[in-house]
Amino acid sequence: MNWEVMIPLIIFLIVIFFIGFWASKQLKNTNTFLEEYFLGGRQLGGFILAMTMIATYGSASSFIGGPGVAYNQGLGWVLLSMAQVATGYFVLMVLGKKFAIVARKYNAVTLIDFLKERYQSKWVVLLSALSIIIFLFSAMAAQWVGGARLIESLTGLSYTAALFLFAASVMVYVIIGGFRAVALTDTVQGVVMFFGTLILLVATVIAGGGLSNIISDLSAENPNLITPFGHDGSLTPLYVSSFWILVGVGVVGLPQVTVRAMSYKDSKAMHKALIIGTIVVGFIMLGMHLIGVFARPILPGIDVGDKVMPMIAMEVLPAWLAGIVLAAPMAAIMSTVDSLLLIVSSAVVKDVYLNYIKPDATDNNIKNISLTVTTVLGVLVFLMALSPPDLLIWLNLFSFGGLEAAFIWPVVLGLYWNTGNKFGAITSMILGVGSYILFHTYYPNAFGMHTVVLPILISLIGFITVSLATNHSFNKPSDGKLQTDGKEGVF
Amino acid sequence: MKYEVDQKDPRFKISHREAWIGIILVTINFIWWFGFAYGMGSKSVESYSYVWGLPAWFFYSCVAGFVVMVILVVFAVKFLFKEVPFEDEGGNSK
Repeated sequence: MNWEVMIPLIIFLIVIFFIGFWASKQLKNTNTFLEEYFLGGRQLGGFILAMTMIATYGSASSFIGGPGVAYNQGLGWVLLSMAQVATGYFVLMVLGKKFAIVARKYNAVTLIDFLKERYQSKWVVLLSALSIIIFLFSAMAAQWVGGARLIESLTGLSYTAALFLFAASVMVYVIIGGFRAVALTDTVQGVVMFFGTLILLVATVIAGGGLSNIISDLSAENPNLITPFGHDGSLTPLYVSSFWILVGVGVVGLPQVTVRAMSYKDSKAMHKALIIGTIVVGFIMLGMHLIGVFARPILPGIDVGDKVMPMIAMEVLPAWLAGIVLAAPMAAIMSTVDSLLLIVSSAVVKDVYLNYIKPDATDNNIKNISLTVTTVLGVLVFLMALSPPDLLIWLNLFSFGGLEAAFIWPVVLGLYWNTGNKFGAITSMILGVGSYILFHTYYPNAFGMHTVVLPILISLIGFITVSLATNHSFNKPSDGKLQTDGKEGVF
Repeated sequence: MKYEVDQKDPRFKISHREAWIGIILVTINFIWWFGFAYGMGSKSVESYSYVWGLPAWFFYSCVAGFVVMVILVVFAVKFLFKEVPFEDEGGNSK
């Protein structure tokens, strides 16, 4: 076992643990348990908001999978990853102040609360809860596998032991600390991710003998590596551009990101988060993927993409510094997993249990249920991750695209288009998820674009057509007020 | 109807404007990114020019493009975005 690498990692885990513990103290002296546990009491400031959004979004695929693909594909994959700069500003700008104001009016604690009040429909709630639970649960399992593999490769522990160590350290602070612990630890993890990227990028460039040297080595090995088209010229402009939907604008539909857009304190926090978020997410994505490419001339012939990032860190840095830098992917994974665990738990507790099983639960009751459900979910993911499925990055992208197709239009059009109604929302969710699964299975990357593009278009058409059709037949505006199911009645 | 949302709330006008700014920014971002990457990167590798050791298409599209977006976002937030209260003490609705 490599203790020089281990010690910084262990210190990192202990620090995270104490922050979570400290945040759980806040939980005890509050009387609105749900809002505090699942939303941090809507008190996030700008810096924490930016960091928790980035850290939640930036996952194993940005730090392990992505650089691995970049190692094989060259600069074309870095180009692709830069679509993610948009996530730094787009989500907060588009959902923006209106989402924050409306969520407060609805008293919404989860994304589903928002949809429930907006559409007044049991089916919207149940479909949303179902897709969150299924898709985020599988995303979570993929991330845990990534985390455990990372610990396994760094420490030489067995996979099961590594998974246990990882699961235990995440679960403790999520269960006892809730959203505030998640956001605070995300902030520390985000800072670690930022500086980890910076240190490793500089060290890799130096080890490769400077930028010009690295680029000419790459071009000597295979000139395609320094074109935008990938190592065999197969990355078409259309395919690469379609990632702007998947990892750029489509992120508006991801519940774990969206819920953060209702958690901030005031306009100032949002403004600050826009600037910090854009800088940090852009830097991390550019840096990490460049590291993957630059690692190629330094360490040629790595055949498992996921090993590129740990190996290059050990190669170009002294062991103790590699330990600190390798805390970055660990941080990325933990900060994604903790948010996913909490949001799946909120879907079960708040959206299903409190809405339809026991609406009159007492505060103490809710508290116990929340803690129990979070624990049970954590244990279930642990068991799933024991026999891990392969292709981490694709599993992750699958749940990504499915959720985007389900939620993007019910959220965005629900916010900005008053005619949109529950029939449109239900159609759009079913069409979005259904067509995503069908395309993914039978015709992946249809017409040379990423699979997510068509389902998002189909669900848009479904939402608009059905909303308009039902609007006509149900609402004859007689007294200037539309009056079916509530919300449209205002225009 | 206990959570009536007044669509004429003046804060929503500001919010709608800012959402459009987001869409405009992402469009600029995409065009810049796409234009430099495929405009300069589609030439043969032998005729590539280099900036700071990086191929010029990559430098302008990804490195400079990122810096430009940060500047645009800072500009938009400082000069175009307005602060509004989120709570309902403003006397609208209810």
